[in-house]
Amino acid sequence: MHSALLRSLVVLALLSLSGCGATVLSPIGPVGAAERTILLDALAIMLAIVVPTMIATLAFAWWYRAGNTRARYLPNFEYSGQLELLVWSVPALVVLFLGGIAWISSHDLDPAAPLTWTAPADKRVAPVEVEVVSLDWKWLFIYPQKQVASINRLVVPAGVPLHLRVTSATVMNVFFVPRLGSEIYSMSGMATQINLQADRPGIFPGLSANFSGDGFSDMHFSLEAMDSEQFDAWVARAKTTGEVLDDTAYRGLLRQTANVQPYTYRQVAAGLFDRIVSLHLPPGDGPPATPAPSAGEH
Amino acid sequence: MFGKLTWSAIPFDQPIPLASSLVVGLIMGAVLAWVFVKGYAPYLWREWITSVDHKRIGVMYCILALVMLIRGFIDALMMRSQQALAFHGPGYLPPEHYDQIFSAHGTIMIFFVAMPFVIGLMNFVIPLQLGVRDVAFPTLNSVSFWLTASGSFLVTISLVVGEFARTGWLAYPPLSELTYSPGVGVDYYLWALEISGIGTLMAGINMATTILKLRAPGLTYMRMPVFCWTSLASNLLIVAAFPILTAVLAMLLLDRYCDFHFFTTTAGGNPMMFVNLIWAWGHPEVYILILPAFGVFSEVIATFSGKPLFGYRSMVAATMVICILSFTVWLHHFFTMGAGGDVNAVFGILSMVIAVPTGVKIFNWLFTMYGGRIRYTAPMCWSVGFIITFMIGGMTGVLLAVPPADFVLHNSLFLVAHFHNVIIGGVLFGAFAGYTYWFPKAFGFTLDERLGKAAFWFWFVGFWVTFVPLYMLGLMGMTRRMQHYDRPEWYPWTLVSMAGALLILTGIVLQVVQLVVSIRTRDKRRDVTGDPWDGRSLEWSTPSPPPVFNFAVYPDVSGKQPETEPQYAAIDVPRNTPTGFVAAFFATVTGFSLIWHIWWLVIVGLVGAYATFVVFAWRDESETEVPADEVARIDRANRQARSVALRGHAA
Repeated sequence: MHSALLRSLVVLALLSLSGCGATVLSPIGPVGAAERTILLDALAIMLAIVVPTMIATLAFAWWYRAGNTRARYLPNFEYSGQLELLVWSVPALVVLFLGGIAWISSHDLDPAAPLTWTAPADKRVAPVEVEVVSLDWKWLFIYPQKQVASINRLVVPAGVPLHLRVTSATVMNVFFVPRLGSEIYSMSGMATQINLQADRPGIFPGLSANFSGDGFSDMHFSLEAMDSEQFDAWVARAKTTGEVLDDTAYRGLLRQTANVQPYTYRQVAAGLFDRIVSLHLPPGDGPPATPAPSAGEH
Repeated sequence: MFGKLTWSAIPFDQPIPLASSLVVGLIMGAVLAWVFVKGYAPYLWREWITSVDHKRIGVMYCILALVMLIRGFIDALMMRSQQALAFHGPGYLPPEHYDQIFSAHGTIMIFFVAMPFVIGLMNFVIPLQLGVRDVAFPTLNSVSFWLTASGSFLVTISLVVGEFARTGWLAYPPLSELTYSPGVGVDYYLWALEISGIGTLMAGINMATTILKLRAPGLTYMRMPVFCWTSLASNLLIVAAFPILTAVLAMLLLDRYCDFHFFTTTAGGNPMMFVNLIWAWGHPEVYILILPAFGVFSEVIATFSGKPLFGYRSMVAATMVICILSFTVWLHHFFTMGAGGDVNAVFGILSMVIAVPTGVKIFNWLFTMYGGRIRYTAPMCWSVGFIITFMIGGMTGVLLAVPPADFVLHNSLFLVAHFHNVIIGGVLFGAFAGYTYWFPKAFGFTLDERLGKAAFWFWFVGFWVTFVPLYMLGLMGMTRRMQHYDRPEWYPWTLVSMAGALLILTGIVLQVVQLVVSIRTRDKRRDVTGDPWDGRSLEWSTPSPPPVFNFAVYPDVSGKQPETEPQYAAIDVPRNTPTGFVAAFFATVTGFSLIWHIWWLVIVGLVGAYATFVVFAWRDESETEVPADEVARIDRANRQARSVALRGHAA
């Protein structure tokens, strides 16, 4: 009962927090929602032991102050087998409980695992594939099924699972849309995978969550979730505008630029992402090699 | 002639770094001028710089930590003010400068504040608590200290000459590789940590040997104060973990200097190996820092509760369990690299398991206070403040150990708030508790209590005002290391956090005032008994400050202290030597010239360092004798002073 009450209090406090923009706690997809549940559950379980301990600390610290003549002085109280058993077993039990949660949820919410649990088997739809490349300092999103690509704007259909393969053509970055859930590192020479889903339409901020150099703070993108028809319309529009993303155009992207406005490519060279991952297309050269004007700046 | 070093390395065109380096230069120049004009230089050389006395070296470590704390805190103020100003605007620090500041802040606070502070306390206290006259290798101790000082000096020079790393405090490749960081910043970082890291490793070997091999007669392991136990665990971790740091940074150096490909993006390099290796050092490092702090709290809480520590054996067991487990959790620093469910879950659960012995410690401190007569001195305030703060920090840590929770909080300001919660609330509060607790032992007078408590309250409140907003910002999806942002919902919290940093600044100012006031009124606050707090461990049986040989006769821990005057004998104390200082001088020269590719100077530095050791190895005498008469005279005077004070106290 006690912990149920505590939990509802925590949820209440955190909901008020989400009202003022705590984005991680107001997810728009199943992954983020599951992670919020785990976060709040784990917090509630721990508060159930931390709050009483904290009250006891303050109570002991106040009651046993030297000036309190009513407090009993027990100068020889330095061992008690029962208390020892208690102080080892209480944290151990909590960790046993939390460990169970961690074990199960680590498998359920493994970023690489397909989102099979979000819909019953007969209602499941094939995920939309997106290939994500972090560049200095922008994001490239390739839609291999549609043969189009987009810079700094990830357009997805709402209610459809997304399967993202993520790599880097420069230093490490982290792909993160706080309101979708899980983040994942992008690393050169390898592809990480992540499965996400946006349940409702809207525009949500995304960013790099791993420092990647001077342009890092401008390395954000927007996630635009829309109805499937709108998404198809967007794809159709993208196919008619913009340039072709071939190897030459890609090499141009490797140059360091920040704060790039979103645009699209009407066509993408086949297998581009795989050639980036396998380093057949080399990663960016970093800062241009001009002589330092001052203080080692470049 | 001077490699890459040209006049353009000095930031003449950038007002902020130039002004700050001028101020630092002026302060250093003024201190040096004052020392020479007043004629203190020979005294400093004789009594401090060349000293191999563990107490002096311990004090110098702590002074280094306090000075670097101010430097690191100025960085913190700049970061907080930049984020408070950079809403919808560039703020006042451009990215290339801001990036150096947060990298320097982390590097300085961990390697040149937290490490020297805890090593300094251990250096000062351990031999006294063990009832011995020095550490196992006194000259090595001096070398260790001066190498640490050399590292922090290199980091400080980077402020004026060149730049510091712009990669974050762990310098993950590929960002730290030559391709993406062609400047000298990462080289400053690497060589400073290589040099100081070797110093730390030698300090760890020294201290572990001291605890294992040198204890007063009768002082069995299970009679050692808990501070000795936690220090033993911490130093065993240093011995096991620091070689990993040295090796992984050496590999990055080979990449940068010799075109190797350990961690490059091309030619088969793998940056993830760096991340694994650096955290295989980095996670034990957290416990290297916190365990001695746990020891300080155990001493302080027991002393000021007027009771022995509750559950001593549990405490020892918990310490050693933490020591071992700390090597099994490093992967929780990168759950989001896609390791898969099994690996993430195993490391998540192991990380949580560390909370068990840590929780046991919290409960044992609680039951130590239970039934006590708690005197609220400044060290006790830090300790109770620690218990409260650390419980929250520990809780958010366990939260981050649940992989799916980490999936949305990794690298966010929530994480930043968490580790500041444990490092400020744990390590730094512990260091401050130890500093106020053992200060009278080191200098013979107590620190001002009122100012000490005021400083505590500003730190305590300031800490929460600074870092609760960061927890919030983390939940709002704000990642660390942002130079500017345009999200209106983040803005108010960054302002609050800035205000908190100003409260902490007040706390630091009060600590400086406390030190100045206490020194000026030292005659009124003399500790003549050697035991100002009614402590129980062996250090309180020595006079304050203890004589160079600590104990006139070895204390016998198995029995009572004899009332009669002991038989005095001559004592051999290790000779002072400039070896440490000179070796560190050459290490600094070597490091600096390697950073700037001044190859001839590298050779000069290396030859000089080698020659220093050859000269030391050829020494004829390593000890000087304090004659029995002199020992007797010093000890009689101390006994006299103490008994007069105690009689006065009783009357």
